[in-house]
Amino acid sequence: MTAKKGDWVRIHSVLMEAGDRAPGIPEDTSKVPYELWDKGFLISNKAEIGDAVEIETITGRNIKGKLLETNPSYDHDFGEFIPEILIIDKKLKVIMGELAK
Amino acid sequence: MNNDYLKLMERKNEIMKKSVGIDYSQFESGSIAFDYEGMMEKVGYSLEEIREIQNETGVGNTPMYKLPNLTNLARSLTTEGKGARIFLKDEASNPSGSFKARRAATAVYHAKKLGFKGVIAATSGNYGAAVASQAAMRGLNCIIVQECYDSKGKGQPEIIEKARKCEAFGAEVVQLSVGPELFYTFLKLLEETSYFNTSLYTPFGIAGVETLGYELSQQMTDITGRNPDTVIVTNAGGGNLTGTARGLIKAGANNTKIIAASVNLKGLHMASNHDFNKKSFTTGHTGFGIPFTTVPDRSDVPRSAARPLRYMDRYVTVNQGEVFYMTEALAQLEGLERGPAGNISLAAAFVIAQSMDANHTIVVQETEYTGAGKHIQPQLSFARNNGIEIRLGDPIEEIPGKSIILPSHPSLIKVQDLDLSGLRESLIKHSLEEMSSQDKKNLSETDIQFLSDETKSSIETVKQYIRNTEQ
Repeated sequence: MTAKKGDWVRIHSVLMEAGDRAPGIPEDTSKVPYELWDKGFLISNKAEIGDAVEIETITGRNIKGKLLETNPSYDHDFGEFIPEILIIDKKLKVIMGELAK
Repeated sequence: MNNDYLKLMERKNEIMKKSVGIDYSQFESGSIAFDYEGMMEKVGYSLEEIREIQNETGVGNTPMYKLPNLTNLARSLTTEGKGARIFLKDEASNPSGSFKARRAATAVYHAKKLGFKGVIAATSGNYGAAVASQAAMRGLNCIIVQECYDSKGKGQPEIIEKARKCEAFGAEVVQLSVGPELFYTFLKLLEETSYFNTSLYTPFGIAGVETLGYELSQQMTDITGRNPDTVIVTNAGGGNLTGTARGLIKAGANNTKIIAASVNLKGLHMASNHDFNKKSFTTGHTGFGIPFTTVPDRSDVPRSAARPLRYMDRYVTVNQGEVFYMTEALAQLEGLERGPAGNISLAAAFVIAQSMDANHTIVVQETEYTGAGKHIQPQLSFARNNGIEIRLGDPIEEIPGKSIILPSHPSLIKVQDLDLSGLRESLIKHSLEEMSSQDKKNLSETDIQFLSDETKSSIETVKQYIRNTEQ
């Protein structure tokens, strides 16, 4: 997918490589890179996903990174249904019903 | 300018001073004591001023709900004559959906007054939304720095929702992978933009919460004719507890007992990439609560205005499954659908009410908004997909990071008491860390008095704690 100048995009960059992390952090964390994600308007004229690009963020900062996606959307939701919750609900109703007697 | 990690960290104090506009050195004694009340008075605002500031942006004056059905349920689990009436202050009705709007209101007002063009906050939680909302109202730019993803790019649904909300208020959200280097990025942004640091721990922020305690006292006096017997506060960084307690004292509620509650995340390391998505609570947990209680100045300002041990009468923990259960019970029995993290103190109140007299009152002093990502369903679903066992049973068997046990009966909900004397002694031990035995013996009266205030302990007890550090 090609992104053009002015498009709203999301970028990613590695701020610290694995093994080059801050001192004193847990071992498992030190073995992975320190990464950043941000969004902004594409400054570069034309770019493909994965290209190194520059963006202007909503507060007007210019930052660089690798192009991840254009028109990034939110995909968090209410997850998969947890049926155990219905058991809680049912039991509470039974207890409250008995208390009302 | 070299932005190399260590060099930037060396400039920490200089960057902080410029970005919060407070010269903390004026309150230092040169020894361990510092003038806490002086700091709160001199750089903060009076309660009246804060009420006006918050009124300008619709913050505060949140409703107080009676919870008759949960009170009845609690009474059915205890002996005759026991079971305090449970009340809930609905902080979710603040503009950004949590009590954090109070903290942000004063900080953002102050930033604007000092002429800053924008504000920055490092937070994955409700505070980001609060700062973004207040910045929108006052016409300032806003950047929120979040710890959001693990190394697989997987993010906590609750944090992703918070990013959406911040963006909805016009903020830039800088998302980071797990690690304490967040502070480095935060400092770098402060230096780059010259924006105001709306730290959670400045006197403005903490004084902003005092109105919560003050209103709470007034509302309870209106409803019941007197101050509440107990107020229970979800504890993480300590600001919620500190501000609420100070507000209660300012309202004259000197006999109200203050109980802290955190969700038990024992065994999970907060800076671990592996553990990051094994927890179902991103705040209100022991991973923040215990270290910030015993070492309050570990925050992002030289002297934290949040000093919870000064006000805490008891500190309890509850398990994740118990909080999810109470979140569901609040919706099912009281018709209030609120976010899980805000219900940590509700779960604890439900248990503590059972050991209190029936003519007493207990107030849960906050709620938070709920929605996609930030709700019992997606948070449990996320946990299950991360290999966490979820089942009904006895929550005492819950192992943080491995299981979430939803109580199979409300009588199985319990609190665990943390050793408050141990926490007080630990604070004193940390305060005296770099002192020789001789220096400890020669502590001034001011220093001893300071430690007594810091730990809500008598001078004699403080002296005993100091002797204990020598053993």
